[in-house]
Amino acid sequence: MADRADTLLALADDELVIGWRDSEWTGIAPMLEEDVAFSSIAQNEIGHARAVYELLSDDADALAFDRPPGEYRCAPLVQLHLLDWAHTIARRWLYEVADEIRITALRDELPVAAKIDREEAYHRMHAEMWHERLQDEPRFRDAVSELWPYALGVVLPEQRAALSARVGLEEVEAVERGVFDDSFAALHEEMTMVRRSAPVGAQW
Amino acid sequence: MVTAEQVWEALEGIPDPEIPVVSLVDLGVIRSVDVEQGHVHVELTPTFLGCPALEFMKRALEDAVAGLGAEPEIEVVHDDSWSTDKITPAGREKLRAAGFAPPAPRLVQVQPHVHRCPYCGSTDTRLENLFGPTPCRSLRYCESCRQPFEQFKTI
Repeated sequence: MADRADTLLALADDELVIGWRDSEWTGIAPMLEEDVAFSSIAQNEIGHARAVYELLSDDADALAFDRPPGEYRCAPLVQLHLLDWAHTIARRWLYEVADEIRITALRDELPVAAKIDREEAYHRMHAEMWHERLQDEPRFRDAVSELWPYALGVVLPEQRAALSARVGLEEVEAVERGVFDDSFAALHEEMTMVRRSAPVGAQW
Repeated sequence: MVTAEQVWEALEGIPDPEIPVVSLVDLGVIRSVDVEQGHVHVELTPTFLGCPALEFMKRALEDAVAGLGAEPEIEVVHDDSWSTDKITPAGREKLRAAGFAPPAPRLVQVQPHVHRCPYCGSTDTRLENLFGPTPCRSLRYCESCRQPFEQFKTI
């Protein structure tokens, strides 16, 4: 059983980083509706990250942005810099299915988890809509297969059988947390830039 | 000495920063007001967790309480106590009058024909996009009066 603080930090880091990655579609999504959807989803995910960081620290911004890249606990799935829509949607769908399993598991001990889950319901509807539309497309199926080992790394080992049943793919070896994608250092650099460059005493 | 009633009255004058036709009291985000010896403790619950207006609301509450000559103490409560069912009947009517469909009650949101056009009242409306100008809104289209409108999401 993983340590509670680590489980929460992993959750918050995942939400922060996927929010950041989703926001990369703002302004360049293949259609206006998706531009709006990805921007809103990104904003929600970062809001969830903040709510969980606040449970772990009195200074959520410091926890979110002052760690060196190697100390983040986000799963490799959320770190991937995806420039292809099939992969982007495959990740959204896999992430939301995985996220629902772990958030549901936290509901009894974490009052904010139920609130997060009610917001995530809209992310799941969005992801399911795309999944229904693309599930027979070879490009999408290949993207799901490629990202599947990464998706398993989002949930705890004891939750993987449930994820496998929901996604309909056999359990394989997971890409675990603690491994960093080559693109993560650049993301971290960009993500922390405003905070690093703010003059001492700046108020927001 | 300031009373809780005076505080509630003052808070009713604070508009929501994103949808200024409703006040924070209409929106149901003020969970409680406690007055003790000139100290006013207000509990505020966010609507959506990623709401960028939270700090702004907090400051507006502080100013309103300070304006009554009392010491404000604003606590943001991150639990599951707020839902769109907390929007008051007056708040729902103000939203509708501004062309902004109030959220369907949580109990019926999965049934068909619960989303009513704020302009003509028809329930013959369809979803255009699950997401809208802010995370709390969807975009719908009224088949009856052929008007697109913003729908407050039920959460």
